[in-house]
Amino acid sequence: MAEFTMPSLGADMDEGTLLEWCVSPGDTVRRGDIMAVVDTSKAAVEVESFRDGVVDTLLVEPGTCVAVGAPMATLTEPDDTAPPAPSPAGSPKPRTVDPLPPEEHPRPAPPVRHLAHELGVDLATITGSGPGGRVTRDDVVQAGRPAAQPEPTRAAPAGGTRITPYARRLAAELGVDLVGITAPADGVVRAADVRSAAGVRRSQAPSEAPGPSKAATERHARMRATIASVMTRSAREIPHYHLTWTVDLHAVHDAMTRRNRDLPVDRRLVPAAYLLRATALAAAEVPGLNGFWSEGRLDQQSTVHLGIAVSLRGGGLVAPAIHDAATLTTDQLMSALRDVVERARRGRLRDAELRDPTITVTNLGDLGAESVHGVIYPPQVALVGFGRIVERPWAVDGLIGVRPVTTMTLAADHRATDGFVGSRFLAAIDHHLQRPEDL
Amino acid sequence: MNAPPSTSEDRQLTVDALRRAVPGLVPEDLDDLADADPLRERLELDSLDFLAFAETLAATARVRIDETDYPDLATLGSCVAFLHRRRASTP
Amino acid sequence: MSKPIETTYREALREALREALRKDERVFLMGEDVGRYGGCFAVSLGLLEEFGPERVRDTPLSELAFVGAGIGAALGGMRPVVEIMTVNFSLLALDPIVNTAAALLHMSGGQFAVPIVIRMTTGAGRQLAAQHSHSLEGWYAHIPGLRVLAPATLEDARGMLWSALEDPDPVLLFEHSSLYGTSGTLPAGAGAVDIDHAAVRRPGTDVTLVTYGGTLSTTLAAADRLAEDGVDAEVVDLRTLRPLDQDTVLDSVRRTHRAVVIDEGWRSGSLSAEVSARITENAFFDLDAPVERVCTTETPIPYARHLELAALPSPEAVANAALRTMGKTDG
Repeated sequence: MAEFTMPSLGADMDEGTLLEWCVSPGDTVRRGDIMAVVDTSKAAVEVESFRDGVVDTLLVEPGTCVAVGAPMATLTEPDDTAPPAPSPAGSPKPRTVDPLPPEEHPRPAPPVRHLAHELGVDLATITGSGPGGRVTRDDVVQAGRPAAQPEPTRAAPAGGTRITPYARRLAAELGVDLVGITAPADGVVRAADVRSAAGVRRSQAPSEAPGPSKAATERHARMRATIASVMTRSAREIPHYHLTWTVDLHAVHDAMTRRNRDLPVDRRLVPAAYLLRATALAAAEVPGLNGFWSEGRLDQQSTVHLGIAVSLRGGGLVAPAIHDAATLTTDQLMSALRDVVERARRGRLRDAELRDPTITVTNLGDLGAESVHGVIYPPQVALVGFGRIVERPWAVDGLIGVRPVTTMTLAADHRATDGFVGSRFLAAIDHHLQRPEDL
Repeated sequence: MNAPPSTSEDRQLTVDALRRAVPGLVPEDLDDLADADPLRERLELDSLDFLAFAETLAATARVRIDETDYPDLATLGSCVAFLHRRRASTP
Repeated sequence: MSKPIETTYREALREALREALRKDERVFLMGEDVGRYGGCFAVSLGLLEEFGPERVRDTPLSELAFVGAGIGAALGGMRPVVEIMTVNFSLLALDPIVNTAAALLHMSGGQFAVPIVIRMTTGAGRQLAAQHSHSLEGWYAHIPGLRVLAPATLEDARGMLWSALEDPDPVLLFEHSSLYGTSGTLPAGAGAVDIDHAAVRRPGTDVTLVTYGGTLSTTLAAADRLAEDGVDAEVVDLRTLRPLDQDTVLDSVRRTHRAVVIDEGWRSGSLSAEVSARITENAFFDLDAPVERVCTTETPIPYARHLELAALPSPEAVANAALRTMGKTDG
């Protein structure tokens, strides 16, 4: 008969409290199997058996404080006819499972239950490899391990995404519901994600996000409020002038149809790609319309970051930039346009996209009005509008023909340019649109 | 394997392609769609939305869609008919 | 109106010494090879001829002895500028610096101030191998009782010495060895500068890059690289490593919401760890990403050039760290 005694689990440990038994009389144990859980002054510790045997009697009740060295249980040693091979300590391979029905398996030890809870593992779904079918720590770790990860990343807690402190604060200020935000691939929600979910354009002022809000908690109301204030400021501060130009788009239409025949659906062009390309080129060629009004003068920008006004389902408007638009080909612009519109509607725009437009285009597309007389987004100095493309009678070589046309408009800041310059700008756009092969 | 694809499958493909290609569509928009409703007006699809829809449909139904086919995608009913024809003729 | 001067970091230091020796007769320079040789890095070239052996003193090869002597001179009312050839050799004088110079004011109940200035060359990059390439400014910045400065620009090389001499307590000046030959322009009237504040060397909006001394140029190069990727980085030069001007750093991080600290020391227990901790302690709710650090790899500095370059902070590493704070993967 062998004894299982209270071990010394620390240099200064004199006694420990038995928390619970992990075995019952009659259980076969091998060296290394967990016999009991003992509470030292510092932590709950699983105590192993140092010998093989069959549990005979449990001498101590759970909850009892026992001195180090005192016997807690007795074991009968295995008889000589069947010597079991000692299992290496901590082997992860599952040992023979006891064929008891699940309800009769002994409960997993508290540290194991705690670990299961931490890892989000449902103990009921695990087959235990410990004595009597008990679920061991290794069983839980194995079950909690996700399918092979391609590379080590900072593990996301059970529940998925993480949110940066600043993003949290911003979400509270802007009234954005964090639950609804989908994080990007790396699982981290950042300020930019919160901002684009709020559909807010970051102001040009050095101070950060729009000031702490008071009333509205609903995201839509907040976006409308922002739009309202931007539009009001624009109407109040910017002396607008408006010009109109009707553009014959048949050359664009023909060029586009020819091009699209050779392209798969995902690369096909829409007229907007040509309109944007022509506008970007013209903005780079004609000074006075691409830049910011600040401190009483025009801060002309040499690079064209073309803002695209995108309407959002459920109401709302956002105008992110396609960077360096004048250097992109029509195909590249098309692909950039699809990308930015898709992300705008999913609320996945980047900070720089909301901040950087140097001139904006609003294209009401195929379902909208024939012309738009827009309101400039301060501190920009121009807004180009394109109305619905319609078929209209047109004078062609002295005869009446029918052409697809669009009404193009310019809303410009009279402090920065006069009608003369504005006209030159529209003329440049038209010039490019009559030569779509060169775009 | 050689049985002609059913129209209900085509209908499902069309609705799924709309749902996937146009973020922001609510289930009610799609549930209430009648066969004869013009998709672009009814669902307020702009040219980019429509392009994304055609692209998704071409990929999931595994059919070729040319620009000249776009008029056949005007309504849910015509989409289903188009897919039925196209898929039946595709080996 | 006098014209700005084309000069070098080395010459600016020399001019600072010259000004100090001229203006205050209590000031003298002492160290190995500072007199006849003109200084190991030629900083004091010509000063022995100009000021004589009482003011420019060659010392024996014993840091322990001459730093102690300098402390004694300071206690006796002088204003010594002690030159320890490099921070590597200062380890031999660690006890007088830490246990006497830094501690005496406190231990004497304010009776004995030690107005000593100790100049040391620091840093790696010249294939001087493991024992001669340390950047231990961070260690010294750990010690209360010391002020620790790291001039990274010509203005600071020209101006920090006088302000250090005016400080009644011990001041350590760390000159990165890669900077001596750097050239630039100084305004004609350049003189003493503030030694309490960090400086924004490059304003930006997207991410704050904090550094000091020899890695300032690396960090500015990284900022240029980031600008090409559309990331506008703000570069903060700490200038004073102890006491840290955390207000400038925090103000920057509260605006950009992201921070990378660049330090030529090893990251474990380094000055960058201190800066990172202060940012987290004070600007946690403004952070949009964990604070990143770019430091030297945790090995003794290699001798082979390609290995040494790989071990030290590079513009790529800094730019990549900045991109990580923005949630963008490495280029």
